[in-house]
Amino acid sequence: MTLRHIALLLLSLLVMALFLASLLIGPAALGLKQSVMALLAGEGGPVALVMQEIRLPRALLGLLVGAVLGLSGAAMQGFLRNPLAEPGLVGVSSSAALGAVLSLQTGLAASFALALPLSALAGAALAVLLVLVMAGPRGGALSLILAGIAISALAGALTSLVLNLSPNPFAVMEIVYWMMGSLADRSMTHVWLALPFMAIGCGLLLATGRGLDALTLGEDAARSMGVDLARLRLLIVLGTASAVGASVAVAGAVGFVGLVMPHLLRPLVGGRPSHLLPAAALGGAAMVLTADIAVRLIAPDQDLKLGVLTALVGAPFFLHLLWRMRGLEA
Amino acid sequence: MNLCTDQLAMLLADPGQLISVSNLALDPLSSAMVEEAQAYPVNRGGAEQIFLMHPDLVLAGTYTARASVDLLRGLGIEVVQLPPADRLEDVADHMRQIGAALGRPERGEAMAREFETSLASIGHDGPAATAAMYYPNGYTAGSGTLSDQILSLTGFRNVGAEAGLTGGGILPLERLVMAEPQVVVTSTPYPGASRSEEILSHPALRQLRDGAAQAHVRDADWVCGTPHLLNAIRTMADARAGLEGQQ
Repeated sequence: MTLRHIALLLLSLLVMALFLASLLIGPAALGLKQSVMALLAGEGGPVALVMQEIRLPRALLGLLVGAVLGLSGAAMQGFLRNPLAEPGLVGVSSSAALGAVLSLQTGLAASFALALPLSALAGAALAVLLVLVMAGPRGGALSLILAGIAISALAGALTSLVLNLSPNPFAVMEIVYWMMGSLADRSMTHVWLALPFMAIGCGLLLATGRGLDALTLGEDAARSMGVDLARLRLLIVLGTASAVGASVAVAGAVGFVGLVMPHLLRPLVGGRPSHLLPAAALGGAAMVLTADIAVRLIAPDQDLKLGVLTALVGAPFFLHLLWRMRGLEA
Repeated sequence: MNLCTDQLAMLLADPGQLISVSNLALDPLSSAMVEEAQAYPVNRGGAEQIFLMHPDLVLAGTYTARASVDLLRGLGIEVVQLPPADRLEDVADHMRQIGAALGRPERGEAMAREFETSLASIGHDGPAATAAMYYPNGYTAGSGTLSDQILSLTGFRNVGAEAGLTGGGILPLERLVMAEPQVVVTSTPYPGASRSEEILSHPALRQLRDGAAQAHVRDADWVCGTPHLLNAIRTMADARAGLEGQQ
Protein backbone atom coordinates (compact mmCIF):
# COMPACT_ATOMS: atom_id res chain seq x y z
CA MET A 1 0.00 0.00 0.00
CA THR A 2 1.28 3.38 -0.96
CA LEU A 3 0.94 6.54 1.07
CA ARG A 4 -1.92 7.54 -1.23
CA HIS A 5 -3.95 4.43 -0.44
CA ILE A 6 -3.36 4.79 3.27
CA ALA A 7 -4.43 8.41 3.08
CA LEU A 8 -7.63 7.52 1.21
CA LEU A 9 -8.44 4.76 3.70
CA LEU A 10 -7.86 7.02 6.69
CA LEU A 11 -9.97 9.78 5.10
CA SER A 12 -12.84 7.36 4.51
CA LEU A 13 -12.70 6.21 8.12
CA LEU A 14 -12.62 9.81 9.31
CA VAL A 15 -15.66 10.71 7.20
CA MET A 16 -17.55 7.70 8.54
CA ALA A 17 -16.71 8.61 12.14
CA LEU A 18 -17.77 12.21 11.59
CA PHE A 19 -21.01 11.11 9.93
CA LEU A 20 -21.86 9.00 12.99
CA ALA A 21 -20.93 11.83 15.32
CA SER A 22 -23.17 14.17 13.34
CA LEU A 23 -26.06 11.73 13.85
CA LEU A 24 -25.46 11.50 17.58
CA ILE A 25 -25.03 15.19 18.40
CA GLY A 26 -28.00 17.51 18.66
CA PRO A 27 -29.94 19.81 20.94
CA ALA A 28 -32.18 17.00 22.18
CA ALA A 29 -30.15 14.82 24.53
CA LEU A 30 -30.70 11.26 23.36
CA GLY A 31 -28.99 8.12 24.61
CA LEU A 32 -26.52 6.42 22.29
CA LYS A 33 -28.21 3.04 22.17
CA GLN A 34 -31.67 4.57 22.11
CA SER A 35 -30.89 6.74 19.10
CA VAL A 36 -29.17 4.04 17.07
CA MET A 37 -32.09 1.66 17.69
CA ALA A 38 -34.58 4.34 16.70
CA LEU A 39 -32.66 5.19 13.55
CA LEU A 40 -32.41 1.62 12.31
CA ALA A 41 -35.59 -0.02 13.48
CA GLY A 42 -37.79 2.57 15.09
CA GLU A 43 -41.23 3.34 13.81
CA GLY A 44 -43.23 6.17 15.26
CA GLY A 45 -42.20 7.67 18.55
CA PRO A 46 -40.43 10.99 18.94
CA VAL A 47 -36.90 9.56 19.03
CA ALA A 48 -37.34 7.83 15.66
CA LEU A 49 -38.81 11.04 14.26
CA VAL A 50 -35.83 13.07 15.45
CA MET A 51 -33.29 10.57 14.15
CA GLN A 52 -34.85 9.78 10.79
CA GLU A 53 -36.38 13.10 9.79
CA ILE A 54 -34.07 15.67 11.39
CA ARG A 55 -30.60 14.27 12.07
CA LEU A 56 -30.23 11.81 9.20
CA PRO A 57 -30.92 14.40 6.46
CA ARG A 58 -28.61 16.86 8.18
CA ALA A 59 -25.73 14.39 8.34
CA LEU A 60 -26.33 13.20 4.76
CA LEU A 61 -26.39 16.76 3.44
CA GLY A 62 -23.19 17.61 5.36
CA LEU A 63 -21.50 14.64 3.70
CA LEU A 64 -22.81 15.42 0.21
CA VAL A 65 -22.32 19.19 0.26
CA GLY A 66 -18.76 18.80 1.55
CA ALA A 67 -17.93 16.14 -1.02
CA VAL A 68 -19.13 18.15 -4.02
CA LEU A 69 -17.42 21.33 -2.81
CA GLY A 70 -14.09 19.57 -2.27
CA LEU A 71 -14.36 17.77 -5.59
CA SER A 72 -15.28 20.81 -7.65
CA GLY A 73 -12.52 22.84 -5.98
CA ALA A 74 -9.94 20.23 -6.97
CA ALA A 75 -11.32 19.97 -10.51
CA MET A 76 -11.35 23.75 -11.02
CA GLN A 77 -7.81 24.07 -9.70
CA GLY A 78 -6.74 21.29 -12.07
CA PHE A 79 -8.43 22.73 -15.13
CA LEU A 80 -7.42 26.34 -14.59
CA ARG A 81 -3.99 25.25 -13.29
CA ASN A 82 -4.51 27.87 -10.66
CA PRO A 83 -4.23 27.10 -6.95
CA LEU A 84 -6.74 29.81 -6.00
CA ALA A 85 -9.72 28.50 -7.97
CA GLU A 86 -12.66 27.46 -5.80
CA PRO A 87 -16.45 27.61 -6.33
CA GLY A 88 -16.97 30.07 -3.46
CA LEU A 89 -14.12 32.44 -4.32
CA VAL A 90 -14.82 32.70 -8.03
CA GLY A 91 -18.51 33.46 -7.54
CA VAL A 92 -20.04 30.15 -8.61
CA SER A 93 -21.68 29.58 -5.21
CA SER A 94 -23.11 33.08 -4.93
CA SER A 95 -24.48 32.90 -8.48
CA ALA A 96 -26.10 29.57 -7.66
CA ALA A 97 -27.62 31.23 -4.58
CA LEU A 98 -29.00 33.99 -6.79
CA GLY A 99 -30.58 31.40 -9.08
CA ALA A 100 -32.13 29.61 -6.10
CA VAL A 101 -33.45 32.82 -4.54
CA LEU A 102 -34.95 33.94 -7.85
CA SER A 103 -36.81 30.68 -8.32
CA LEU A 104 -38.08 30.78 -4.71
CA GLN A 105 -39.27 34.39 -4.86
CA THR A 106 -40.87 34.18 -8.29
CA GLY A 107 -42.84 31.13 -7.19
CA LEU A 108 -41.16 28.96 -9.81
CA ALA A 109 -39.83 26.64 -7.11
CA ALA A 110 -43.34 26.07 -5.82
CA SER A 111 -44.69 25.20 -9.27
CA PHE A 112 -42.50 22.13 -9.76
CA ALA A 113 -40.05 20.51 -7.40
CA LEU A 114 -36.98 20.43 -9.65
CA ALA A 115 -37.17 24.16 -10.41
CA LEU A 116 -35.12 25.05 -7.33
CA PRO A 117 -32.01 22.94 -8.06
CA LEU A 118 -32.33 23.63 -11.79
CA SER A 119 -32.28 27.38 -11.43
CA ALA A 120 -29.40 27.20 -8.94
CA LEU A 121 -27.64 25.06 -11.54
CA ALA A 122 -28.30 27.66 -14.22
CA GLY A 123 -26.87 30.40 -11.99
CA ALA A 124 -23.78 28.30 -11.26
CA ALA A 125 -23.27 27.38 -14.92
CA LEU A 126 -23.41 31.03 -15.95
CA ALA A 127 -20.76 31.92 -13.38
CA VAL A 128 -18.44 29.04 -14.36
CA LEU A 129 -18.66 30.06 -18.01
CA LEU A 130 -18.01 33.69 -17.15
CA VAL A 131 -14.99 32.75 -15.02
CA LEU A 132 -13.56 30.52 -17.75
CA VAL A 133 -13.94 33.31 -20.29
CA MET A 134 -12.47 35.93 -17.99
CA ALA A 135 -9.57 33.77 -16.85
CA GLY A 136 -8.87 32.80 -20.45
CA PRO A 137 -6.68 29.90 -21.54
CA ARG A 138 -3.58 31.40 -19.92
CA GLY A 139 -5.24 33.63 -17.40
CA GLY A 140 -3.16 34.46 -14.37
CA ALA A 141 -4.23 33.99 -10.79
CA LEU A 142 -4.95 37.67 -10.45
CA SER A 143 -7.45 38.01 -13.30
CA LEU A 144 -9.27 34.91 -12.08
CA ILE A 145 -9.62 36.17 -8.53
CA LEU A 146 -10.62 39.67 -9.62
CA ALA A 147 -13.26 38.29 -11.97
CA GLY A 148 -14.46 36.10 -9.11
CA ILE A 149 -14.75 39.08 -6.75
CA ALA A 150 -16.79 40.99 -9.32
CA ILE A 151 -19.12 38.05 -9.99
CA SER A 152 -19.56 37.37 -6.26
CA ALA A 153 -20.31 41.00 -5.52
CA LEU A 154 -22.83 41.27 -8.34
CA ALA A 155 -24.60 38.02 -7.48
CA GLY A 156 -24.60 38.92 -3.78
CA ALA A 157 -26.05 42.35 -4.45
CA LEU A 158 -28.78 40.95 -6.71
CA THR A 159 -29.61 38.29 -4.12
CA SER A 160 -29.98 40.98 -1.44
CA LEU A 161 -32.11 43.07 -3.80
CA VAL A 162 -34.49 40.22 -4.58
CA LEU A 163 -34.83 39.31 -0.90
CA ASN A 164 -35.36 42.95 0.10
CA LEU A 165 -38.18 43.30 -2.43
CA SER A 166 -39.87 40.11 -1.29
CA PRO A 167 -43.33 40.52 0.25
CA ASN A 168 -42.21 38.08 2.92
CA PRO A 169 -40.77 39.84 5.99
CA PHE A 170 -38.56 36.86 6.82
CA ALA A 171 -36.85 36.85 3.43
CA VAL A 172 -34.64 39.83 4.29
CA MET A 173 -33.22 38.04 7.30
CA GLU A 174 -32.14 35.20 5.04
CA ILE A 175 -29.52 37.12 3.11
CA VAL A 176 -26.97 35.80 5.59
CA TYR A 177 -28.16 32.25 5.10
CA TRP A 178 -27.69 32.37 1.34
CA MET A 179 -24.22 33.87 1.72
CA MET A 180 -22.97 31.72 4.59
CA GLY A 181 -24.91 28.47 4.34
CA SER A 182 -26.49 26.32 7.02
CA LEU A 183 -27.75 22.77 7.41
CA ALA A 184 -30.21 23.47 10.22
CA ASP A 185 -33.65 21.86 9.94
CA ARG A 186 -33.23 20.39 6.50
CA SER A 187 -35.38 17.38 5.66
CA MET A 188 -35.16 14.26 3.51
CA THR A 189 -37.04 16.22 0.82
CA HIS A 190 -33.95 18.37 0.42
CA VAL A 191 -31.71 15.31 0.23
CA TRP A 192 -33.78 13.76 -2.56
CA LEU A 193 -33.94 17.08 -4.37
CA ALA A 194 -30.18 17.57 -4.41
CA LEU A 195 -28.87 14.01 -4.60
CA PRO A 196 -29.48 13.29 -8.32
CA PHE A 197 -27.83 16.53 -9.44
CA MET A 198 -24.92 16.02 -7.08
CA ALA A 199 -24.44 12.45 -8.32
CA ILE A 200 -24.43 13.55 -11.97
CA GLY A 201 -22.07 16.42 -11.18
CA CYS A 202 -19.65 14.16 -9.30
CA GLY A 203 -19.75 11.61 -12.12
CA LEU A 204 -18.85 14.28 -14.68
CA LEU A 205 -16.09 15.76 -12.52
CA LEU A 206 -14.52 12.39 -11.68
CA ALA A 207 -14.46 11.63 -15.42
CA THR A 208 -12.15 14.61 -15.95
CA GLY A 209 -9.31 12.99 -13.97
CA ARG A 210 -7.25 11.67 -16.90
CA GLY A 211 -7.75 14.77 -18.99
CA LEU A 212 -6.63 16.93 -16.08
CA ASP A 213 -3.57 14.71 -15.56
CA ALA A 214 -2.55 15.32 -19.18
CA LEU A 215 -3.26 19.03 -18.78
CA THR A 216 -0.64 19.35 -16.05
CA LEU A 217 1.94 18.98 -18.85
CA GLY A 218 0.49 21.96 -20.68
CA GLU A 219 -2.24 22.37 -23.27
CA ASP A 220 -0.19 21.37 -26.29
CA ALA A 221 1.09 18.24 -24.62
CA ALA A 222 -2.44 17.36 -23.55
CA ARG A 223 -3.77 17.86 -27.07
CA SER A 224 -1.00 15.68 -28.50
CA MET A 225 -1.98 12.96 -26.01
CA GLY A 226 -5.45 12.95 -27.53
CA VAL A 227 -7.27 14.98 -24.89
CA ASP A 228 -10.24 16.90 -26.31
CA LEU A 229 -9.99 20.20 -24.46
CA ALA A 230 -13.43 21.44 -25.53
CA ARG A 231 -14.99 18.29 -24.13
CA LEU A 232 -12.97 18.61 -20.94
CA ARG A 233 -14.17 22.19 -20.49
CA LEU A 234 -17.77 21.10 -21.03
CA LEU A 235 -17.38 18.37 -18.40
CA ILE A 236 -15.98 20.88 -15.90
CA VAL A 237 -18.71 23.44 -16.55
CA LEU A 238 -21.59 20.99 -16.37
CA GLY A 239 -20.12 19.00 -13.51
CA THR A 240 -19.35 22.01 -11.31
CA ALA A 241 -22.66 23.71 -12.10
CA SER A 242 -24.69 20.61 -11.37
CA ALA A 243 -22.87 19.68 -8.15
CA VAL A 244 -22.42 23.15 -6.68
CA GLY A 245 -25.84 24.34 -7.87
CA ALA A 246 -27.62 21.49 -6.09
CA SER A 247 -25.54 21.97 -2.97
CA VAL A 248 -26.26 25.71 -2.75
CA ALA A 249 -29.97 25.20 -3.48
CA VAL A 250 -30.39 23.18 -0.29
CA ALA A 251 -27.63 24.46 2.00
CA GLY A 252 -26.66 27.96 0.87
CA ALA A 253 -23.16 29.01 -0.13
CA VAL A 254 -20.45 27.51 2.05
CA GLY A 255 -17.08 28.93 1.11
CA PHE A 256 -13.42 27.87 1.18
CA VAL A 257 -13.99 24.09 1.35
CA GLY A 258 -12.88 23.62 -2.24
CA LEU A 259 -9.86 25.82 -1.63
CA VAL A 260 -8.49 24.30 1.55
CA MET A 261 -8.96 20.59 0.94
CA PRO A 262 -7.02 20.11 -2.32
CA HIS A 263 -4.06 21.99 -0.83
CA LEU A 264 -4.04 20.01 2.40
CA LEU A 265 -4.27 16.71 0.56
CA ARG A 266 -1.82 17.31 -2.27
CA PRO A 267 1.22 16.44 -0.14
CA LEU A 268 -0.45 13.15 0.87
CA VAL A 269 -1.83 11.87 -2.42
CA GLY A 270 0.47 13.64 -4.84
CA GLY A 271 -0.25 16.36 -7.35
CA ARG A 272 -1.95 14.20 -10.02
CA PRO A 273 -5.50 15.49 -10.39
CA SER A 274 -6.93 12.00 -10.97
CA HIS A 275 -5.60 10.98 -7.56
CA LEU A 276 -6.52 14.23 -5.93
CA LEU A 277 -10.18 14.33 -7.02
CA PRO A 278 -11.56 11.49 -4.84
CA ALA A 279 -9.35 12.52 -1.91
CA ALA A 280 -10.60 16.11 -2.12
CA ALA A 281 -14.21 14.87 -2.12
CA LEU A 282 -13.57 12.88 1.07
CA GLY A 283 -11.67 15.76 2.63
CA GLY A 284 -14.45 18.21 1.79
CA ALA A 285 -17.03 15.92 3.37
CA ALA A 286 -14.90 15.69 6.52
CA MET A 287 -14.50 19.47 6.66
CA VAL A 288 -18.21 20.30 6.30
CA LEU A 289 -19.27 17.56 8.73
CA THR A 290 -16.75 18.88 11.26
CA ALA A 291 -17.96 22.44 10.77
CA ASP A 292 -21.59 21.38 11.14
CA ILE A 293 -20.82 19.50 14.36
CA ALA A 294 -18.88 22.50 15.68
CA VAL A 295 -21.79 24.80 14.84
CA ARG A 296 -24.07 22.69 17.02
CA LEU A 297 -21.59 22.45 19.88
CA ILE A 298 -20.65 26.14 19.96
CA ALA A 299 -24.17 27.55 19.78
CA PRO A 300 -26.73 24.75 20.11
CA ASP A 301 -29.78 27.00 20.22
CA GLN A 302 -28.73 29.52 17.62
CA ASP A 303 -28.38 28.88 13.94
CA LEU A 304 -24.69 29.74 13.59
CA LYS A 305 -23.87 29.65 9.88
CA LEU A 306 -21.58 26.98 8.46
CA GLY A 307 -19.75 29.45 6.24
CA VAL A 308 -18.65 31.38 9.33
CA LEU A 309 -16.55 28.45 10.50
CA THR A 310 -15.22 27.42 7.10
CA ALA A 311 -14.22 31.03 6.43
CA LEU A 312 -12.48 31.27 9.82
CA VAL A 313 -10.30 28.37 8.72
CA GLY A 314 -10.27 29.12 5.00
CA ALA A 315 -9.60 32.84 4.83
CA PRO A 316 -6.29 32.80 6.76
CA PHE A 317 -5.32 29.83 4.62
CA PHE A 318 -6.16 31.84 1.51
CA LEU A 319 -3.96 34.69 2.73
CA HIS A 320 -1.16 32.21 3.38
CA LEU A 321 -1.44 30.95 -0.21
CA LEU A 322 -1.37 34.49 -1.57
CA TRP A 323 1.73 35.20 0.50
CA ARG A 324 3.49 32.14 -0.86
CA MET A 325 2.50 32.98 -4.43
CA ARG A 326 3.81 36.48 -3.98
CA GLY A 327 7.16 34.97 -3.12
CA LEU A 328 7.08 32.84 -6.28
CA GLU A 329 6.12 35.64 -8.60
CA ALA A 330 8.67 38.10 -7.28
CA MET B 1 -47.59 54.44 14.09
CA ASN B 2 -47.75 51.03 15.75
CA LEU B 3 -49.93 48.06 14.85
CA CYS B 4 -51.35 47.61 18.33
CA THR B 5 -51.92 51.26 19.22
CA ASP B 6 -53.50 51.69 15.77
CA GLN B 7 -56.12 49.11 16.55
CA LEU B 8 -56.92 50.43 20.00
CA ALA B 9 -57.14 53.95 18.59
CA MET B 10 -59.50 52.85 15.82
CA LEU B 11 -61.72 51.26 18.46
CA LEU B 12 -61.66 54.17 20.90
CA ALA B 13 -61.38 57.38 18.85
CA ASP B 14 -64.28 59.57 17.74
CA PRO B 15 -64.95 59.73 14.00
CA GLY B 16 -62.49 62.22 12.51
CA GLN B 17 -60.25 62.16 15.56
CA LEU B 18 -57.80 59.59 14.21
CA ILE B 19 -56.08 60.85 11.07
CA SER B 20 -53.69 58.06 10.13
CA VAL B 21 -52.77 54.45 10.88
CA SER B 22 -49.56 52.55 10.11
CA ASN B 23 -49.17 50.43 6.99
CA LEU B 24 -49.10 47.31 9.18
CA ALA B 25 -52.72 47.88 10.11
CA LEU B 26 -53.58 46.96 6.52
CA ASP B 27 -51.69 43.66 6.57
CA PRO B 28 -54.31 40.93 6.84
CA LEU B 29 -51.82 38.52 8.43
CA SER B 30 -50.98 40.70 11.40
CA SER B 31 -53.85 43.14 11.73
CA ALA B 32 -57.26 42.09 13.01
CA MET B 33 -58.88 45.28 11.70
CA VAL B 34 -57.91 45.52 8.04
CA GLU B 35 -61.36 46.68 6.90
CA GLU B 36 -61.57 49.45 9.46
CA ALA B 37 -58.01 50.55 8.67
CA GLN B 38 -58.86 51.10 5.00
CA ALA B 39 -60.82 54.20 5.99
CA TYR B 40 -57.62 55.98 7.12
CA PRO B 41 -54.60 57.42 5.33
CA VAL B 42 -51.60 55.18 5.90
CA ASN B 43 -48.20 56.16 7.32
CA ARG B 44 -44.97 54.18 7.28
CA GLY B 45 -43.76 55.36 10.65
CA GLY B 46 -41.29 57.92 9.33
CA ALA B 47 -41.03 61.17 11.31
CA GLU B 48 -41.15 63.35 8.19
CA GLN B 49 -44.38 61.86 6.92
CA ILE B 50 -46.08 61.98 10.29
CA PHE B 51 -45.02 65.55 11.03
CA LEU B 52 -46.54 66.72 7.75
CA MET B 53 -49.91 65.35 8.86
CA HIS B 54 -49.85 67.86 11.76
CA PRO B 55 -51.10 65.53 14.48
CA ASP B 56 -51.76 66.76 18.03
CA LEU B 57 -50.93 63.35 19.39
CA VAL B 58 -48.91 60.39 18.15
CA LEU B 59 -49.38 56.89 19.57
CA ALA B 60 -46.37 54.62 19.34
CA GLY B 61 -44.98 51.43 20.81
CA THR B 62 -41.87 51.54 22.99
CA TYR B 63 -39.94 49.55 20.40
CA THR B 64 -41.06 51.49 17.33
CA ALA B 65 -38.50 53.64 15.58
CA ARG B 66 -36.77 55.38 18.47
CA ALA B 67 -35.23 57.98 16.21
CA SER B 68 -38.60 58.95 14.70
CA VAL B 69 -40.20 59.26 18.12
CA ASP B 70 -37.37 61.45 19.46
CA LEU B 71 -37.53 63.62 16.36
CA LEU B 72 -41.30 64.13 16.67
CA ARG B 73 -40.95 65.01 20.36
CA GLY B 74 -38.23 67.47 19.42
CA LEU B 75 -40.67 69.06 16.98
CA GLY B 76 -43.09 69.61 19.86
CA ILE B 77 -45.58 66.84 19.12
CA GLU B 78 -46.94 64.86 22.05
CA VAL B 79 -46.04 61.18 21.72
CA VAL B 80 -47.60 58.52 23.94
CA GLN B 81 -45.65 55.26 23.96
CA LEU B 82 -47.08 51.94 25.06
CA PRO B 83 -44.90 48.93 25.86
CA PRO B 84 -45.98 45.63 24.24
CA ALA B 85 -48.51 43.76 26.39
CA ASP B 86 -46.65 40.97 28.17
CA ARG B 87 -49.46 40.08 30.55
CA LEU B 88 -53.22 39.95 30.23
CA GLU B 89 -53.48 42.59 32.98
CA ASP B 90 -51.54 45.00 30.74
CA VAL B 91 -54.19 44.73 28.04
CA ALA B 92 -56.91 46.38 30.10
CA ASP B 93 -54.41 49.00 31.31
CA HIS B 94 -53.54 49.87 27.75
CA MET B 95 -57.19 50.30 26.83
CA ARG B 96 -57.57 52.77 29.71
CA GLN B 97 -54.36 54.60 28.79
CA ILE B 98 -55.28 55.03 25.12
CA GLY B 99 -58.80 56.07 26.09
CA ALA B 100 -57.37 58.72 28.42
CA ALA B 101 -54.83 59.90 25.85
CA LEU B 102 -57.59 60.37 23.29
CA GLY B 103 -59.75 62.22 25.79
CA ARG B 104 -62.27 59.37 25.91
CA PRO B 105 -61.50 57.79 29.30
CA GLU B 106 -65.04 56.49 29.81
CA ARG B 107 -64.88 54.54 26.53
CA GLY B 108 -61.48 53.07 27.43
CA GLU B 109 -62.76 52.16 30.88
CA ALA B 110 -65.82 50.42 29.41
CA MET B 111 -63.72 48.41 26.99
CA ALA B 112 -61.31 47.42 29.75
CA ARG B 113 -64.19 46.34 32.01
CA GLU B 114 -65.73 44.25 29.27
CA PHE B 115 -62.38 42.63 28.54
CA GLU B 116 -61.83 41.80 32.22
CA THR B 117 -65.32 40.35 32.58
CA SER B 118 -64.93 38.15 29.49
CA LEU B 119 -61.53 37.04 30.69
CA ALA B 120 -62.90 36.06 34.09
CA SER B 121 -65.48 33.82 32.44
CA ILE B 122 -62.77 31.75 30.78
CA GLY B 123 -60.82 29.22 32.72
CA HIS B 124 -60.05 25.58 32.85
CA ASP B 125 -60.00 23.10 35.68
CA GLY B 126 -58.40 19.72 35.69
CA PRO B 127 -55.05 18.45 34.47
CA ALA B 128 -53.22 20.60 31.94
CA ALA B 129 -52.48 19.38 28.43
CA THR B 130 -49.24 20.30 26.65
CA ALA B 131 -49.10 22.90 23.91
CA ALA B 132 -46.40 24.71 22.00
CA MET B 133 -46.37 27.88 19.97
CA TYR B 134 -44.17 27.37 16.91
CA TYR B 135 -43.19 30.10 14.49
CA PRO B 136 -40.74 30.60 11.61
CA ASN B 137 -37.08 29.95 12.49
CA GLY B 138 -38.22 27.76 15.38
CA TYR B 139 -39.30 30.78 17.41
CA THR B 140 -41.50 30.02 20.37
CA ALA B 141 -42.98 31.78 23.38
CA GLY B 142 -41.45 30.97 26.76
CA SER B 143 -42.51 31.98 30.25
CA GLY B 144 -43.40 35.59 31.00
CA THR B 145 -45.14 36.13 27.67
CA LEU B 146 -48.74 36.90 26.83
CA SER B 147 -48.97 33.61 24.91
CA ASP B 148 -47.72 31.68 27.91
CA GLN B 149 -50.35 33.27 30.11
CA ILE B 150 -53.10 32.51 27.58
CA LEU B 151 -52.00 28.89 27.40
CA SER B 152 -52.08 28.40 31.16
CA LEU B 153 -55.42 30.23 31.41
CA THR B 154 -56.97 27.83 28.92
CA GLY B 155 -55.61 24.68 30.55
CA PHE B 156 -52.31 24.09 28.80
CA ARG B 157 -48.73 23.66 29.90
CA ASN B 158 -46.44 25.63 27.60
CA VAL B 159 -43.69 23.45 26.16
CA GLY B 160 -41.61 26.55 25.42
CA ALA B 161 -41.68 27.62 29.05
CA GLU B 162 -40.89 24.10 30.25
CA ALA B 163 -37.88 24.04 27.96
CA GLY B 164 -36.54 26.85 30.11
CA LEU B 165 -37.17 29.76 27.77
CA THR B 166 -38.03 33.14 29.23
CA GLY B 167 -39.66 35.56 26.86
CA GLY B 168 -39.43 34.62 23.21
CA GLY B 169 -36.70 32.35 21.97
CA ILE B 170 -35.63 29.58 19.65
CA LEU B 171 -36.70 26.04 20.39
CA PRO B 172 -34.81 23.58 18.18
CA LEU B 173 -37.17 21.37 16.20
CA GLU B 174 -35.61 18.28 17.78
CA ARG B 175 -36.60 19.40 21.26
CA LEU B 176 -40.11 20.28 20.15
CA VAL B 177 -40.52 16.80 18.67
CA MET B 178 -39.20 15.18 21.84
CA ALA B 179 -41.65 17.15 23.99
CA GLU B 180 -44.58 15.76 21.95
CA PRO B 181 -47.01 18.62 22.57
CA GLN B 182 -50.70 17.76 22.27
CA VAL B 183 -51.46 21.00 20.48
CA VAL B 184 -49.16 22.97 18.15
CA VAL B 185 -50.05 26.57 17.37
CA THR B 186 -48.35 27.91 14.24
CA SER B 187 -48.67 30.97 12.06
CA THR B 188 -49.93 31.45 8.52
CA PRO B 189 -47.06 31.82 6.03
CA TYR B 190 -46.60 35.17 4.31
CA PRO B 191 -46.74 35.37 0.52
CA GLY B 192 -43.39 34.87 -1.17
CA ALA B 193 -41.14 32.08 0.01
CA SER B 194 -38.75 32.15 2.92
CA ARG B 195 -36.47 29.58 4.41
CA SER B 196 -37.50 30.70 7.89
CA GLU B 197 -41.02 29.47 7.29
CA GLU B 198 -39.89 26.23 5.68
CA ILE B 199 -39.50 24.78 9.17
CA LEU B 200 -43.30 24.90 9.52
CA SER B 201 -43.68 22.37 6.70
CA HIS B 202 -40.79 20.14 7.84
CA PRO B 203 -41.83 16.46 7.62
CA ALA B 204 -41.02 15.92 11.30
CA LEU B 205 -43.30 18.78 12.36
CA ARG B 206 -46.01 17.59 9.99
CA GLN B 207 -45.94 14.11 11.54
CA LEU B 208 -46.04 15.65 14.98
CA ARG B 209 -49.07 17.72 14.03
CA ASP B 210 -50.82 14.72 12.52
CA GLY B 211 -50.64 13.13 15.95
CA ALA B 212 -51.50 16.34 17.78
CA ALA B 213 -54.64 18.41 17.81
CA GLN B 214 -54.60 21.52 15.68
CA ALA B 215 -55.46 24.95 16.85
CA HIS B 216 -56.35 27.42 14.13
CA VAL B 217 -55.82 30.85 15.59
CA ARG B 218 -55.44 33.96 13.55
CA ASP B 219 -52.03 35.55 14.19
CA ALA B 220 -53.76 38.90 13.92
CA ASP B 221 -55.76 38.02 17.03
CA TRP B 222 -52.65 37.01 19.02
CA VAL B 223 -50.21 39.80 18.38
CA CYS B 224 -51.90 42.73 20.07
CA GLY B 225 -53.54 43.37 23.38
CA THR B 226 -56.91 44.40 21.94
CA PRO B 227 -60.41 42.95 22.44
CA HIS B 228 -59.58 40.65 19.49
CA LEU B 229 -57.26 38.80 21.84
CA LEU B 230 -60.38 37.21 23.30
CA ASN B 231 -60.88 35.41 19.96
CA ALA B 232 -57.49 33.78 20.34
CA ILE B 233 -58.21 32.88 23.96
CA ARG B 234 -61.57 31.36 23.04
CA THR B 235 -59.97 29.32 20.24
CA MET B 236 -57.45 27.89 22.66
CA ALA B 237 -60.18 27.14 25.20
CA ASP B 238 -62.10 25.31 22.46
CA ALA B 239 -58.99 23.37 21.49
CA ARG B 240 -58.57 22.30 25.12
CA ALA B 241 -62.21 21.25 25.30
CA GLY B 242 -61.72 19.33 22.04
CA LEU B 243 -58.86 17.37 23.61
CA GLU B 244 -61.13 16.44 26.48
CA GLY B 245 -63.61 15.02 23.99
CA GLN B 246 -60.97 12.76 22.48
CA GLN B 247 -59.83 11.29 25.75
